[in-house]
Amino acid sequence: MTEHNEYPESGRVRERVLGTPPADAPIIDTDPIRAPEGVPGVIPQDPVKARKAERLVSLLFLVTFLAGAGFIASYVMFQVGTIGKTATSNYALGGTLALALLALAAGLTVWVRQVMPKYNLVQERHEMRSDDGTREYVKETFLQGADESGFVKHRLLRRTLLLAAAPLGLAPLVLLKDLGPLPGTSLRHTVWGEPTKNGKPRRLVVEGTGQPIRAADFNSPGGILSVVPEGYEEDLNALAKATLILLKFRPEEIKSGTNKNWTHDGIVAYSKICTHVGCPAALYEQTTHHILCPCHQSTFDAADGARVVFGPAARPLPQLPIGIDEEGYLVAKSDFKVPVGPSFWERGDAEAEARENAS
Amino acid sequence: MNAPPKAIAGVSTFVDDRIGAGNFLKRNLRKVFPDHWSFLLGEIALYSFIILLLTGTFLTFWFKPSMGEVVYTGNYAPLYGVKMSEAYASALHISFDVRGGLLMRQIHHWAALLFVGGMTVHMLRIFFTGAYRKPRELNWIIGILLLSLALLEGLTGYSLPDDLLSGAGLRITQGVAQSIPIVGTYVSFFLFGGEYPGHDVISRFYSIHILLIPGILLALVSAHMILMWVQKHTQMPGKNRTDKNVVGAPFYPAFMIKSGAFFLFTFGVIALLGTFAQINPIWLFGPYTPADISAGSQPDWYMGFLEGALRLMPSWEINFLGHTVTLSVLIPALVPLGLVMTGLALYPFLEQWVTGDRREHHVADRPRNNPHRTSIGIAGMTFYGILWLLGANDEISANFHLDLYTTTWFGRIAIFVGPAIAYWITYRVCIGLQRKDAEVLSHGVESGVIKRLPNGQYIEVHTPAAEDIAEHIRGKKEIPVLESAEDGEGIPPKGARSPLGRLRAKMSQAYGTDHVPLTDGHHEEGHEEEHAGVGAGDRKELH
Repeated sequence: MTEHNEYPESGRVRERVLGTPPADAPIIDTDPIRAPEGVPGVIPQDPVKARKAERLVSLLFLVTFLAGAGFIASYVMFQVGTIGKTATSNYALGGTLALALLALAAGLTVWVRQVMPKYNLVQERHEMRSDDGTREYVKETFLQGADESGFVKHRLLRRTLLLAAAPLGLAPLVLLKDLGPLPGTSLRHTVWGEPTKNGKPRRLVVEGTGQPIRAADFNSPGGILSVVPEGYEEDLNALAKATLILLKFRPEEIKSGTNKNWTHDGIVAYSKICTHVGCPAALYEQTTHHILCPCHQSTFDAADGARVVFGPAARPLPQLPIGIDEEGYLVAKSDFKVPVGPSFWERGDAEAEARENAS
Repeated sequence: MNAPPKAIAGVSTFVDDRIGAGNFLKRNLRKVFPDHWSFLLGEIALYSFIILLLTGTFLTFWFKPSMGEVVYTGNYAPLYGVKMSEAYASALHISFDVRGGLLMRQIHHWAALLFVGGMTVHMLRIFFTGAYRKPRELNWIIGILLLSLALLEGLTGYSLPDDLLSGAGLRITQGVAQSIPIVGTYVSFFLFGGEYPGHDVISRFYSIHILLIPGILLALVSAHMILMWVQKHTQMPGKNRTDKNVVGAPFYPAFMIKSGAFFLFTFGVIALLGTFAQINPIWLFGPYTPADISAGSQPDWYMGFLEGALRLMPSWEINFLGHTVTLSVLIPALVPLGLVMTGLALYPFLEQWVTGDRREHHVADRPRNNPHRTSIGIAGMTFYGILWLLGANDEISANFHLDLYTTTWFGRIAIFVGPAIAYWITYRVCIGLQRKDAEVLSHGVESGVIKRLPNGQYIEVHTPAAEDIAEHIRGKKEIPVLESAEDGEGIPPKGARSPLGRLRAKMSQAYGTDHVPLTDGHHEEGHEEEHAGVGAGDRKELH
């Protein structure tokens, strides 16, 4: 870059171009870092060892070449599709790629450590702050500029500028309003409360198969059944609130927490959506009647109105009033009486309100 | 070589003629970089970030961030004909129909884990060696921002494939958002475009994940590097290393080749992991539905501490005036993260306030030499670690046959007791290590030679420590203590009169007092080589 290097091979004596440092002096006057051979801080390697290292480095670079070529070959040779083919392709591509990268890395490392000199260079540090003169100059310049601009003197200009900026600053926020509708009361309702096409109560159907459930046939001692509303089997928004778990108890097992009017022949339906942060509470332990949410282990007593027996959930899983239609299939008698799922600011103590309304 | 090759000289001249790059290179080509293994930790994060950008770009060529429903007709037979979102279908497509797609997906995921991991250990290194001290506070804060953004970046990326596992994470995120007082419902509705899960969140997370956050990350990473470059790297204590110099290898050629090699090592190891260690096999989980979940669902490691906090929390909820505040969600979601991040961001300034130290520091501390800082750090790590561990309490309970609720109760107690115990133990260990250092300086190291004296006593011959070790130890710096002593008339200095001032003075005293001052062994020149072994009195004084 420096111009005294321009005609090195012509044999002429290099001339110093005005403004450049002399060829034999350090380029940088503040930092004494120019360290040619034989200068402290740069310890050359033993040439014999360096030659030996060179062979190793070259070998590693060759490995990289071969592995890199292997990577391209693997791409061409191995097709994907089935699990087995994809696995083979993955191993071939990944293996060659990793080998190429690691061999190159090892080669470079040996190069630095065994061919390049050892360094122990010392550079000065200077305090980060600028000197007082500079600070003073900047301060003066700032004040002068502020004065010249008239920003301080012309009050009307200043105030109207600030005024002008305010709506523009708010505009991006306003623009975001259409990100979503307002919540309204939508979190308080589920599709169980919506009228069906034929005006009859909505049936409970098995998640996955969509089969309606005949009360007389339902017997799940020891298990729970995941249930969804008929007509909404694949509507994820509906399922996120309306999915149920269905259990059957012997009459004497049901405790006071469960509303018996909302059961049918020992069959109880609770919301499957955990009242903590909304994971499906999908695990059931038969001997204790405990429903367990696998996310954070909130545990509910299914025989006692799904009250919380352990974990971070603060409220029981809401119970859905169920009955049967004229064909004997399980149906919802109404929507949940309280909002399902995780708590929210507007929720309030919906359970207490529901109790008051009932009495 | 007498002259640079024409190709390089020509280009250089062209560039220099136009932008004067020579001046920059003149100052920087031989910039000195100090060496220590722990300085490589941040580079792991940096290189993982580069790998993330490369593999992530590859993935965007096929990924379709849409929640529209499609019927899967791709190559993965078990899911053939299943209805799923386009996002999930395209993630399957990348895995099974694009050559190298699975590899890139797995490398991307592993690199993400290593990215946050690298940042975390790098941050711990900076903390424990006091490398955040003046003049590096700004870079420290940039680092905290980077770490916070990386968590968000991981969260948004994790949700994109729209499989059953990632959906569980998304559901928890929504439940937490919804619990925020006053605005929570609105936040949730605006984020998801209505009720959960809606049809918008994947495409929104996509633009956040591939554009917004990476853009900010890139800008902050650049700023992080530039500040490091301008302020020059810290160095570990050692011979001739002071706050006024920097000792090490030049950028050109040694450091740049070494860094290149380390990038390739990082990439190589991640490629190995991506090849042989299966990660996030989304095809096993199935498409997302809010009605189902698999037991033992675990988030990526960096979300584990939040998960653990949620699991530990008792079921507290407040209802008043028709409103609900869900402490059982709010506290675990906000408090640990807030404590850790705010604590980290403020620490340099709190330390300055306590020590009154306004000097620049360029020589890193050895953790033992600032025992209170180290203890605070380990206590913080314990706090984080317990939460993290309890984020997998179901796995722990299942694998070690422990009662599930017992693990929760253990966590509820340990989260308070653990950090305190860790603090005390760390403090004692630091003091012990300092004593060991003092002993090495004043008595030398055991030579392994046993000598019998004429009176029958056996002693082990000690030799002075090697120079580099001794210099490393002598690098210990005094921690300044605020002036709080009363003057002759019993009046404390101005700053120490208010209750806060008294507290500050007391803390300063505790923080800065050196309990094990180094005594340089030279005063006992005559004895230096020989010291009595077991049972000799002069060893005892150190304990």
